[in-house]
Amino acid sequence: MTWEHTRTRKLKNYAALTLCSFAAFVGLFWLVFILWDVFVHGIGGLHISLFINDPAPPGIEGGGLRNAFVGQLIITFFATLIGVPIGILGATFLAEYARGKKIARLISMLSDIMVSVPSIVVGAFVYAIIVKPFGHFSGWAGAVALAIIMIPVVLRTTEDMLSLVPWTLREAAFALGAPYYKVIIQVVYRGAATGIITGILLSISRVVGETAPLLFTSFSNSFFSVNMNEPVSSLTVTIFQYAMGPYDSWHSQAWAASLMITLFVLVLTILGRLILKWKENKG
Amino acid sequence: MNKINDTVKIEIRGLHFYYSGIAHALKDISFSMYKNKVTALIGPSGCGKTTFLRCLNRMHDLYPRNRYEGEIWMDGDNILEHGTDLIGLRSKIGMVFQKPTPFPMSIFENIAFGLKLMGIRKKTELAQRVEKALKHAALWDETEDRLRKSALSLSGGQQQRLCIARAIAVEPEVILMDEPCSALDPIATGKIEDLIAELTKKYTVIIVTHNMQQAARVSEHTGFFMMGELVEFDKTQKIFTSPSNKMTEDYITGRFG
Repeated sequence: MTWEHTRTRKLKNYAALTLCSFAAFVGLFWLVFILWDVFVHGIGGLHISLFINDPAPPGIEGGGLRNAFVGQLIITFFATLIGVPIGILGATFLAEYARGKKIARLISMLSDIMVSVPSIVVGAFVYAIIVKPFGHFSGWAGAVALAIIMIPVVLRTTEDMLSLVPWTLREAAFALGAPYYKVIIQVVYRGAATGIITGILLSISRVVGETAPLLFTSFSNSFFSVNMNEPVSSLTVTIFQYAMGPYDSWHSQAWAASLMITLFVLVLTILGRLILKWKENKG
Repeated sequence: MNKINDTVKIEIRGLHFYYSGIAHALKDISFSMYKNKVTALIGPSGCGKTTFLRCLNRMHDLYPRNRYEGEIWMDGDNILEHGTDLIGLRSKIGMVFQKPTPFPMSIFENIAFGLKLMGIRKKTELAQRVEKALKHAALWDETEDRLRKSALSLSGGQQQRLCIARAIAVEPEVILMDEPCSALDPIATGKIEDLIAELTKKYTVIIVTHNMQQAARVSEHTGFFMMGELVEFDKTQKIFTSPSNKMTEDYITGRFG
């Protein structure tokens, strides 16, 4: 090894390190910039009236977004109720009953594609199959659109988590004379529980920020409504409308709503991580 | 293979086994295992002893395209026959695996799992049977005050005894053990070997082991497997003192394997 060799090697090392650090810095810079911007603009609009009042006509003080907060919660709740069972049962089929079969690989691949389908396409699809036939926008259509986005996320994470449960554990349960459904429900699900819950939380945070699919389905409602057969207001669509609107009070409320969604996603993500960590410590 | 006058529990007749329909893993195995005795199966890695053990509770049926030929008779039934009730069969034949396989639930629930499968629902009876099984597996003193704790919090040796307790809780007739001590230290191994001796009062035990001293210590009969064939089967004492086959002698004296 000559001195010359060592020097070029060190130079290459520094060059690579510099490039990597620079790339990491650029990525982090924008992330912090966005979060900071949302925080600074949003914190000013945060006021108790935001949560307890419905929108007031432009120019009148004291309006809030209660309808949008509640609407968002209801739509997300029903989307979870529809999407999570389908995702988990589908994953159970793939990881257990169809394990290693061609059909399982095909469905896994298709749902990987589904994960990256633009959400506006899902919105248009639900518009065509639900909104159009019924003749009006509705909270149900919004929930179905979000559920369709959730299903592949829940399906793939659950499938991965189920496959991580060691086969010897299933064999041990079979060896005791357990039928397959009991093996799955009592042993496999429990072994994968934390992973599945984390997947559910991540899928919720994935859809909570979606605007495009709701624009076509649940649309928006300026009044407080919990009727899922009617258009239901949501935070994301409201942000979209208010940000485009001409009033300063709308802008400030849109920022505040953005901050709340960001915080909600942050909390879900941290919760997901904590659950996984707790599991690691325990197991 | 004479001088064996005990009651036959399981009789193997011309057993062949094929993995995925092609890999010929067991070739023409015929011998008998005796009631309330320990039968040890020894042989080098890949000789088919674990494959054989897993034929006895039809574990291979969990994977596609595995194929059995021949007959396995247990209590007058050929368990390889089509239409055998696998759930019933497996509840009569307990199994302990090479690595401990505690379920991700509490110590109590681990043992109650099998009991509930039998249809036992009453809380008092469950508690009674769990205690009995843990005592039988010499684990009660260590777990009495932490029954509701996760089974994963136990040490490796305790976990393996928990798995034995889980297997005997449902009172099977036969217990299959697949190298149950290979992941354990000598003290835990000693405890489990004592336990095996205790188990024969009620159960028929079949144990696969890599450890020949262990086979010699715990078993009445020993079968020596080699390349998927049963080379020799006899009383353990005979196998370890005057084996009739040259290959058996080479193996137990450590000349290969």
